[in-house]
Amino acid sequence: MSWVADNSALIWEQLREHLYLALIPMLLGLLISLPLGYVATRYSWLANPLVALGGVLYSLPSIALFIVLPAVLGTGILSPINIIVALTIYAVSLLIRNVIDGLRSVPEEVLQAAVSVGYGTLRRVLTIDLPIAIPVIFTGLRVVTVANISMVSVGAIIGVGGLGELFTQGFQQDFLTPIIVGVVLSLALALVCDIALVGLQRLLTPWARAVAPVKEAIA
Amino acid sequence: MIQGLFDFLGDSVNWSGSEGIPTRLAEHLGYTFLSLAIAALIAFPIGLLIGHTRRGAFVAINTVNAWRALPTLGLLTLIVLLIGIGQVPVIIALVVLGVPPILASTYAGVAGVDRATIDAARGMGMTGREILTKVEIPIALPLIISGLRSATLQIVSTATVAAYVALGGLGRYVIDGLGVRDFPQMLAGAVLVALLAIVLDLAFAFIGRYAVSAGLTGRIRKTQKTSTAPAPAGAH
Repeated sequence: MSWVADNSALIWEQLREHLYLALIPMLLGLLISLPLGYVATRYSWLANPLVALGGVLYSLPSIALFIVLPAVLGTGILSPINIIVALTIYAVSLLIRNVIDGLRSVPEEVLQAAVSVGYGTLRRVLTIDLPIAIPVIFTGLRVVTVANISMVSVGAIIGVGGLGELFTQGFQQDFLTPIIVGVVLSLALALVCDIALVGLQRLLTPWARAVAPVKEAIA
Repeated sequence: MIQGLFDFLGDSVNWSGSEGIPTRLAEHLGYTFLSLAIAALIAFPIGLLIGHTRRGAFVAINTVNAWRALPTLGLLTLIVLLIGIGQVPVIIALVVLGVPPILASTYAGVAGVDRATIDAARGMGMTGREILTKVEIPIALPLIISGLRSATLQIVSTATVAAYVALGGLGRYVIDGLGVRDFPQMLAGAVLVALLAIVLDLAFAFIGRYAVSAGLTGRIRKTQKTSTAPAPAGAH
């Protein structure tokens, strides 16, 4: 425990770096997959190839991507950009399917009702389609966030990995404490982010809460 | 840098001997299939039991969530420091990572079988064992295969990382290259591992397509026009 006290500033810094390396790609992934998913629902022939491409990209091992990306992007091997781009690729690969499924889950009669009361396309997509798709999109977002948090650590092998640096440090010094602290903090971070996303989803979909008791009453 | 990659892959020195690509690839596949087999032996019966009895679903769902959050490098370094350097601790870590996806998907596949289908099987006089082997497992097969696929990809990826804790396999090029700042060697290792992952992914897609009962996939309707084929089971 005294090791933790002595190194608290460093651990705190690594925790912050970890969070930043995991959440930026999650947000970028969402920003890319929302319009991409919308386009794929408009031009439905695009949907299957996009989901299939996502499946292939997601199957690539993270360490491989962390090393191939600098060659493709021309960034230095130690640049955090490699980690961020790699995790963004994973995020889009997973989210694209959820965004497409979510947008497709909007009932046809709801779309027609929106059009008939005079909604334009942009306003309809933002205020009708997107909110209805939130539960399905958030399912994907939670998986992406938790997976990203665990994958950031792998970056420590090439020198940028947030809490993962505790693993390499512990391994090189044959010292268990940093590794245990790193695993516990990484799991805790994943748990906290997951709970935060569940809370955010509840805030964004107040109607889901209002309907729930009624459903139970019927059942 | 890309030129360096082709120089590395084109150099015949790298295609023979104990550090050659064929040996490293064989090592990587060996670790992967050994870990996958052990993980499946553990996860499959438990998943079937939970799915068939529909008890313990909470455990199945939560292990897979925790699994996703578990940092693989942390698990590897932890187990190696506890047990010592060698193949056994790394295989243990790979098995630990392989169990949850197989368990969860087996459970979900079996538990997801339509109750009416099971009632029909029971009505035809099938015993619990027959229902499991002749109805539940065949219907759950697509999900079971997708669980095996997730486990395989996770294991291939982690076996690469395991070169850091002194395992052989394709990850050696990455770690050894890193040690001497030989970027082409690292890149070659990364590209080979990525190709291996894609090939295994496609292999599972292929297995999924042909191992699953034709009655479930609808393949039978295209190939067999006569109505002797049984109605697709579990079609909702």
